[in-house]
Amino acid sequence: MQAVALTKQVTSEGAPLTILDRLDLSVYPGESVAVLGASGSGKSTLLGLLAGLDEPSGGKVLLDGTDLFALDEDGRAALRGRLVGFVFQAFQLLPALTALENVMLPLELAGAVSARAEAVAVLERVGLAQRHSHYPRELSGGEQQRVAIARAFVVNPRLLLADEPTGNLDSATGERVIDLLFGLNEEHGTTLILVTHDEQLARRCRRRLRLESGALGDAANE
Amino acid sequence: MSRFALSLRMLRREWRAGELRVLAVALAIAVASVTSVGFFTDRVGRALSQQANILLGADLAVISDHPPDAAIEQEARRRGLQTAHTLSFPSMVARGGHAQLAEIKAVSPNYPLRGQLRSAQRPFAPDHAGGGIPQPGAVWLDERLFAQLEVQPGMHLQVGKSSLAAAAVLTQEPDRASVVLNIAPRLMMNLADIPATALIQAGSRASYRLLVAGEPRAVEAYRSWAAVRLKRGERLEGVSDARPEIRAALTRAGHFLGLAALTSVVLAAVAVVMAARRFMARHLDSCAVMRCLGARQSQIFRLYLIQFLLLGVAASVAGCVLGYVGQMVLAARLGSLIAAPLPQPSPLPAVLGVLTGMATLLGFSLPFLHRLKQVPALRVLRRELGPVGRVGLAGFALGLAAVAGLVLWQAGDAKLGGYVLGGLGAAVLLAALLALLLIRILSGLRRQASSAWRYGLANIVRRAGGSVAQVTAFSLGMLVLLLLTVVRGDLMQSWRSTLPPEAPNRFVINILPDQLQPLRDFFRARGLAAPALYPMVRGRLLAIDGRPVAPENYADERAQRLVEREFNLSWAKRLSGDNQVVAGTWWAGQAGAQLSVEEGIAKTLGIKLGDRLSYDVGGTVFSAPVTSLRKVDWDSFRVNFFVIASPGLLENFPASYITSFHLPAGAAALLDEMVKAFPNLTVIDVAAVMDQVRAIMDRVAGTVQFVFLFAWLMGFTVLFAAIAATHDERVYEAAILRTLGASRRQLLAGLFAEFAGIGALSGLVAALGAGGTGYFLSTKFLHLPYAFDYGLLPTGILAGAAAVGLAGVAGCYGVLRRPPLQTIRNNG
Repeated sequence: MQAVALTKQVTSEGAPLTILDRLDLSVYPGESVAVLGASGSGKSTLLGLLAGLDEPSGGKVLLDGTDLFALDEDGRAALRGRLVGFVFQAFQLLPALTALENVMLPLELAGAVSARAEAVAVLERVGLAQRHSHYPRELSGGEQQRVAIARAFVVNPRLLLADEPTGNLDSATGERVIDLLFGLNEEHGTTLILVTHDEQLARRCRRRLRLESGALGDAANE
Repeated sequence: MSRFALSLRMLRREWRAGELRVLAVALAIAVASVTSVGFFTDRVGRALSQQANILLGADLAVISDHPPDAAIEQEARRRGLQTAHTLSFPSMVARGGHAQLAEIKAVSPNYPLRGQLRSAQRPFAPDHAGGGIPQPGAVWLDERLFAQLEVQPGMHLQVGKSSLAAAAVLTQEPDRASVVLNIAPRLMMNLADIPATALIQAGSRASYRLLVAGEPRAVEAYRSWAAVRLKRGERLEGVSDARPEIRAALTRAGHFLGLAALTSVVLAAVAVVMAARRFMARHLDSCAVMRCLGARQSQIFRLYLIQFLLLGVAASVAGCVLGYVGQMVLAARLGSLIAAPLPQPSPLPAVLGVLTGMATLLGFSLPFLHRLKQVPALRVLRRELGPVGRVGLAGFALGLAAVAGLVLWQAGDAKLGGYVLGGLGAAVLLAALLALLLIRILSGLRRQASSAWRYGLANIVRRAGGSVAQVTAFSLGMLVLLLLTVVRGDLMQSWRSTLPPEAPNRFVINILPDQLQPLRDFFRARGLAAPALYPMVRGRLLAIDGRPVAPENYADERAQRLVEREFNLSWAKRLSGDNQVVAGTWWAGQAGAQLSVEEGIAKTLGIKLGDRLSYDVGGTVFSAPVTSLRKVDWDSFRVNFFVIASPGLLENFPASYITSFHLPAGAAALLDEMVKAFPNLTVIDVAAVMDQVRAIMDRVAGTVQFVFLFAWLMGFTVLFAAIAATHDERVYEAAILRTLGASRRQLLAGLFAEFAGIGALSGLVAALGAGGTGYFLSTKFLHLPYAFDYGLLPTGILAGAAAVGLAGVAGCYGVLRRPPLQTIRNNG
């Protein structure tokens, strides 16, 4: 995964505001990277661009050698479905679907045939074998995030993007969720990019970067 | 397949979560409304086409206003066809102290040639077929006549100069004119008894039918033979054109009820918009997540489209089932339009119902589904992102076009459809504007209210858009219901109050010239003033100013009927008090042959002052110029004529006489004596006729009310859609208010205030609308003074407030049950 001269400008009250300024980033397969930064520093903007959820003002993002922004939105969606997994602070499970159905969803969207078996296996791996038919509202926060992690890994993504994955959890639950996340990451050899302002969490990544004034700096020695 | 399965699964989940219930209910009611009317008209239509010969009692009928030529019947027999005769006319029937106008039908052996008569031993006893026809000396009466004459089986009644025995109850007669259109009850007798009654004289108004049946090709050949030999006043009715009066009534009822049913579809569109908008708002997150997980825009669109299609089909099918139940109610009310049992409906109305449902659903929800697929995936990171802009009116072009198409199709006529669309649009616009204005006024008033009411009223004002939609939906349904109940009663009342109390309430017809003096003496002998007797000559209009007159020259149905029938002509020296010459001059002295024509009929038939009218009276032709046009006050209930001749013109033609008089209450015995003394006279009870007309109106109004019941139900569906649309907001507000110390009671009072306010506003709009419509109807169409019924306002306001207030509180009850902490935490 590579970002080259990635730039994002928005117009705020008539004046252009630069959030990301010709940012470069290379992440190697299997590597885990934490991006730290204060609120409003542009962490979420960066994550959105790396996933192809948003369009940059300049620069490009290469994912597995494909230039994301040379594709149209549907093309990017298809690529995301195949290569990228997500874990969000607010879990973002579909309230109308059960835990199992939530995990099956990305496979079904990609037209997979054995969605059910694969989803059952991953749910078992995250320790929720007994909670298949529960709806998100019947699960605790930690359980919901585990379903979300199962959903992220069920497609065997090459890249996992996590946005404050423990932000809505108490510290003990957060700890267990993080253990699970890193465990799976290792098993699957997935590349992990994690955005957080939690130093503790960031320390578990191999590389730590800090986003400041639109550019990335090394945060390893802080 | 997996996409379909996924859609189905998601639909099931959404249904359990209650997301789509309002949508489904709205569709089901709209489809039920449309199909109940559709199924019913289809059944009657099928009865007409499949059982036309039964409804005719034959394969072909030669109908005439004089006895048919013997040659016509001989030819039918020569061709091996069966024949039978019927003769129908109104006449008085008397027994003991009762005299009653009846519709007499005399039948020959063989009648009916198709279908069967059913009769019973006693009123309300089980009936049976195969009893033939009444034997000579016997009559069969329908149940109504049994009751009116207080007669028991076996008793004798006076029919003209004969005394005949009531032998059985006539329960079914295949070719009976529809009950709805019948004024008088039925008496059936044997044709052989007619001469002895002396009821049929020259100039008597009677309908003769020669019934013909047999092998289809022979009937067809006979029809061709007879068609070219028809004379004036004769016509043929076959299976393909049987029962034109029912066909016309059915077509009209179908159009009218169909349009009424569409009111529900229009309101359903409002509910669909509300529910689909909420569905979109609540699924933005899910769509963004799916986009993140790799779903393409088209994939998301299809996923939801399939869900909506499935939902639409299921709800429409449920609506068809409801509609099938509904048509039974319509059939019970109007099914007596024809005597034959109604066959099962064809599936066509169901197909049309499902199409209507789908068009409404897709036309008004697609714009939102389209929006849904446009949600940016970035929303998963930034909640504030969503589809930009609102769905404007243009977005609903498809849905609006579908509704307009349905209205035009139901109206069956572009002009009528245009009026209905215009009227509906204007009504919706007016109701919405009025609602907006009232809400404005309300926002000024709420400062004076108590805290619960202030909070409730503030909510109406704050959600002004939704409030206007709800008030509009409710007020349209209520307007029609008020119109059919309160305003209809008012109009009847105001018409009756314009009638003088001493207005004639009995008409007597068929008076023979040699009975004039005896009848005058009869009245004088009982201390009553002798009534004015008017001569009446029956003549057929042949030509207007040399142009031959034929029904096919007129587009107007009434005009066609008028020229086909014989006119009642009279003569007079002086103009009577309730007539007024509006053009030309009334004759004075010996001015020669002249005619005076009533202005309304002159306009219908295209007769102008100075035109020469030619009439055929019993084979003799005369003509005279029109020298005056008259305006007639028909409400005087005196005897009046469309065409009056100057003295000297008609005196040599055979005439019968007619009169009207006021029969004082409690003097019914006079009628009985009169019928005994003059058995050939026919007395028409104006009050009884009015009661019949009112009964028919009640039946029609009841049917229309039933159809509008769906619109009223739909008003509640719109209410629940609106409650659902504001549900999350309400839950949050209630939690905050409870945290601030509001009691459950206070919250309930606030909610009731809000919905009762909506209901009261709807009632007010409906009452004003119904009053305005009543004013318009009475001044423009009925020419009656209209006094606004102030009772309408409290009726509408209280009924609206109570119904909507309670329904609203019931719909929001769940909001109050949730612990506030849970709510606030979830929203935090």
